[in-house]
Amino acid sequence: MDKLKRYLGIIWMLIGPVLFIMLVISAVNNINGHAKGDVSNPIPWLIILAIFLPIAIGLAIFGWYALKGNYDKTDKQSC
Amino acid sequence: MQSVKGIWKVITASSVGTLIEWYDFYIFGSLSTIIAQKFFPSGNPTTALLSTLATFAAGFIVRPFGAVFFGRLGDLIGRKYTFLLTLVLMGGATFLIGCVPSYATIGGWAPFLVLMLRLLQGLALGGEYGGAATYVAEHAPANRRGFYTSWIQTTATLGLFLSLGIILGIRRLVGVEEFTNGNGWRYPFLLSIVLVIVSIIIRLKMKESPMFTKLKQGGKISSNPLKESFGHKENFKMVLLALFGATMGQGVIWYTSQFYAQNFILTKCNIEYEQGNSIILIAIVLATPFFILFGHLSDKIGRKNIMLAGMLLGVLLYRPIFSEIYSISDTSKKTFIAEQKIVTDAASQSNTLVVIKSFDNGSTEKITTKIADGKATEKKEVTLSEKSKWNMILLVFIMVLFVTMAYGPIAAFLVELFPTRIRYTSMSLPYHIGNGVFGGLVPFIATLITTLPGTNVLSGLWYPIGVALLCFIIGSLYLSNKINLKHG
Repeated sequence: MDKLKRYLGIIWMLIGPVLFIMLVISAVNNINGHAKGDVSNPIPWLIILAIFLPIAIGLAIFGWYALKGNYDKTDKQSC
Repeated sequence: MQSVKGIWKVITASSVGTLIEWYDFYIFGSLSTIIAQKFFPSGNPTTALLSTLATFAAGFIVRPFGAVFFGRLGDLIGRKYTFLLTLVLMGGATFLIGCVPSYATIGGWAPFLVLMLRLLQGLALGGEYGGAATYVAEHAPANRRGFYTSWIQTTATLGLFLSLGIILGIRRLVGVEEFTNGNGWRYPFLLSIVLVIVSIIIRLKMKESPMFTKLKQGGKISSNPLKESFGHKENFKMVLLALFGATMGQGVIWYTSQFYAQNFILTKCNIEYEQGNSIILIAIVLATPFFILFGHLSDKIGRKNIMLAGMLLGVLLYRPIFSEIYSISDTSKKTFIAEQKIVTDAASQSNTLVVIKSFDNGSTEKITTKIADGKATEKKEVTLSEKSKWNMILLVFIMVLFVTMAYGPIAAFLVELFPTRIRYTSMSLPYHIGNGVFGGLVPFIATLITTLPGTNVLSGLWYPIGVALLCFIIGSLYLSNKINLKHG
């Protein structure tokens, strides 16, 4: 199980930046596109991108910790 | 250990205050259409900008900041005074929103003041929950922590119940016209001050948490909770685990089952306003005891399994449930039996045509078409038969059950993940990012998805399903299911 946790760390490290890039592409397309309402408004997008950037970084750090085996013995530390 | 009578005083004092904070936060959202008319008139780009900020910034940016700011304060000066402060801030801000003159009276100051007060609400909410959960957990015996903290967990849902109940009650009492176009909408905001004063009186009588008092007496309080929480790898990795393995999944389940369901029923299914909200209210009331049940069960079989089961059920069943809800309200699939047409104001410039259709299952559909200045606006309202209504209540009830599973044990789970000296700070941030950001974005991102080509009315559900699935996988692999059977 510990090996699986470590290997999956690579996935978590990649998911954060990939999802963030997809979010940026989606923001650009919607702001310039024909969407109406909040979806075409740049302000919510700026807020969302600003708040999701640290979250994406956090997910990458989580993946890094997992890859390094920092969660191998979670049983002793978590709930 | 706290005496039985003592712990119930603690729970009452904490829960009532947290309930009122949720009530205060929700009434703004529930009355957003009226607030937009009064303070953020359309056609003005500045007020549109302020309106967007009030909607998005309060929930997504300010709540996590509130979590960090008040969390730090709670770990430095104590839980009791910090969550007393958040209550005063929230109550004061809510009351003042009810007092702000409209845009028509004071112009641009109105939206600016409302935005500032809304941001204060978000800040206060960010600080409240962590304090209340920590305070109760630190009074409770370790082997009953899930049960006792689950009472705090009921407050978010009951806050929604209270806000909808009071809004519907006042709307009926003063009439729809006075509520919408007069001052009736202000009363739920003004009422908050009474609730807050009562709660402050109750909370003032409470003592500081015994665990925090012990730390303080021993001089072991953290001098820099922020650095210890997020600057030290051993604790920071648990903050990340709490966020990605528990709170982000819980957040989307919570919002989808209650708020997105409410929004879906009112706007996609076009259920009549009072009936739509009563469906949510009844489902919430019936499901609320399950917060306590699952909190209690988490003491016996562990928190992890219950929380993750709630997420998995959401992942598997959201699409079939929402599909069935849509199907119940879809009049195109019903057999039409009668039609009645009413035309009003025929002599004036604006005409209103009302068409009421009856169907074989007892449901009715009312289509109101208003023609003014050559423009026609159409509003559709479906009133379900008693049987269809109860079918819909059952479906919403099942979804709120997922909430009770994912949300019921989470306060105890978060409290146990972090040490007492930095608990308030450490648990508040992942909770408010999970609940406020991941959960709060459900309506926006779900709407966004439905605007993409080739999507349908259910496509928006892929966002909560995806987040809950990711959280379920991370939680299943990285969380443990420790059961604390000892007192302590």
